[in-house]
Amino acid sequence: MSDDGLPLWEVFIRGRRGLSHVHAGSLHAADEAMALRNARDVYTRRSEGVSIWVVRSQDISASSPDEKDPFFAPAADKVYRHPTFYDLPEEVRQM
Amino acid sequence: MAEDLDEQAGHLDERFVAMLAADERIEPRDWMPDAYRATLIRQIAQHAHSEIIGMQPEANWITRAPSLQRKAILMAKVQDEAGHGLYLYGAAETLGVDRAQLLDLLHTRKQKYSSIFNYPTTSWADVGAIGWLVDGAAITNQVPLCRCSYGPYARAMVRICKEESFHQRQGFDLLLTLSNGTPAQHGMAQDAVNRWWWPSLMMFGPPDDESPNSAQSMAWGIKRFSNDELRQKFIDMTVPQAKVLGLDLPDPELELDAQTGHYRFGAIDWDEFTRVVKGGGPCNEQRIAHRVAAHENGAWVRAAATAYAAKHHGVDANSTAAVTGEAVA
Amino acid sequence: MSEPTEPTAAALFTYALRLGDDALVLSQRLSEWASRAPEIEEDIALTNIALDLLGQARALLDYAAVVEGGTRDEDDLAYLRTEREFRNVHLVEQENGDFAHTIARQLFFSTYQLFLYEELISSTDELLAGVAAKAVKEAAYHHDHAALWTVRLGDGTDDSRRRMQAAVDRLWPFTAELFDADDVETGLAAQGIAVDPANLRARWERSVSDTFATATLVIPPTVWTSHGGRRGVHTECFGYLLAEMQYLHRLHPGASW
Repeated sequence: MSDDGLPLWEVFIRGRRGLSHVHAGSLHAADEAMALRNARDVYTRRSEGVSIWVVRSQDISASSPDEKDPFFAPAADKVYRHPTFYDLPEEVRQM
Repeated sequence: MAEDLDEQAGHLDERFVAMLAADERIEPRDWMPDAYRATLIRQIAQHAHSEIIGMQPEANWITRAPSLQRKAILMAKVQDEAGHGLYLYGAAETLGVDRAQLLDLLHTRKQKYSSIFNYPTTSWADVGAIGWLVDGAAITNQVPLCRCSYGPYARAMVRICKEESFHQRQGFDLLLTLSNGTPAQHGMAQDAVNRWWWPSLMMFGPPDDESPNSAQSMAWGIKRFSNDELRQKFIDMTVPQAKVLGLDLPDPELELDAQTGHYRFGAIDWDEFTRVVKGGGPCNEQRIAHRVAAHENGAWVRAAATAYAAKHHGVDANSTAAVTGEAVA
Repeated sequence: MSEPTEPTAAALFTYALRLGDDALVLSQRLSEWASRAPEIEEDIALTNIALDLLGQARALLDYAAVVEGGTRDEDDLAYLRTEREFRNVHLVEQENGDFAHTIARQLFFSTYQLFLYEELISSTDELLAGVAAKAVKEAAYHHDHAALWTVRLGDGTDDSRRRMQAAVDRLWPFTAELFDADDVETGLAAQGIAVDPANLRARWERSVSDTFATATLVIPPTVWTSHGGRRGVHTECFGYLLAEMQYLHRLHPGASW
């Protein structure tokens, strides 16, 4: 959750009948209705989508035995590291 | 115990290195070195910030666009840039940061954005120059990133690159119309190119021998080609396009080397680059102030949306996971 | 100026301009939000609406030019008409103000447009019916977006309710003009070509009332109403909007872009 409290949602789009929903990306919205509206604006601007699903990122459970980071539990864990557990990195000397 | 952890860390690192060597994508739940993750967060976030800040110099001309068709094209382009910013913030968030944190770093100047946007758009032709040169340079930079080692970033870049080629074509087309138009229009186009050419070359960053971190980024698969390689590629692609446009490039030393097939070019003013990157460009203050104002003016709106959601959470408490929505055609 | 002399054509020309100018001017206002919206997602949403409206405007201005039968095109109409020749209502030319003002203006206008185009689909004029068929879906989306936000701002925080009510109070006087009709509308409606906007009022009031009830907002008393846009008499802010929109085009007479 951000300081402004707009949670993160994952967006799934089914491009046309006969296909299945595919993960398209994420966005921030205060509630489901706004998340759907925003998903339509962001991910179907080029009429790419027919059916849209939105899910709060925190509600997704993941199991990916191939990914071996000890931070994550092996089964039914979150898709991403939760932001509040993460210390913001120091400035990295970059180009 | 300690040895077990060290052994485990060693295995994880070996695995990470092996995946990079095999050109496998690293996904969010894979173990990764802290420095790899920190570098990615910074690079992706700064890329996202560039898209958002980059909206400003172009949005500057929406209300004054001189034809309805050009207005529609420009609005769609600026909207695309907002979308690209969103895709990139989303990619960064898979690494365990929150968009609000990243915006805060932008607003307090702890993270940067592409310095090209610290220049003003003082004429309509500047919109064309940005499309042709700046988006052209961005594409040159971005296409290799479609194969970068981090999955979410690579996938965001694929989406972005698909939409970006439209932008460059539109910029080129805008300039072509001006160049072939009235003398005043031709002059406007030439003046814009004169001001945007050198800053566009600076978009690729300092020369290779002054970019010490490039080697590490390349080892990590975050960077695929060097600054100088990309800059040369851009110049080689763009010089012939200028001829088609009937516009001169403001570099008397530009010349095709028949043996190498590459264009030789004049010296870039790296003092100007450093000065602008550090905050001394014409628009640095203005771009950040504009961005911060939008954010602060919107605080009450975001607060209202949050308050409403909290009040009505009980209503949709049963629909914990997915909600379907058929998009309005 | 070269408006058509045949009565139905003359009326049709004016009618197309009225609908087209509404969309053009509101699109111009909404486009001012680019890079300024409260959230990046909202920046995209507002520009999306502005683009839809611009598309409607172009179709309608283009049709007006065809009906006129002269040499003017959509750009001549958009960039070379004077203030007294624009036929949009006062509501759409009002300044954006804060986000609440923009949403209130959008709710009022999109609700009207939705009901207007639902009827106009049945126009005996093929072009207008076609424009309506596309625009009604867009207006439904714009209305839905505005209603979602009206409810969230009205029933959000005390501060947001105060701002939203202030916006509603300020813009309410401009809503009456949406339902004005003169010979142009009534004459064309009698031929099945146009929609008499007076017939939309009751439905519009019910819809807006319902949304306000959910949003814990009140309909303000009608103290005064603003009219004149349909005849080319505009409010003070319109001159500035036109100056900004038209200046570059006018600076280079005859040029192509």
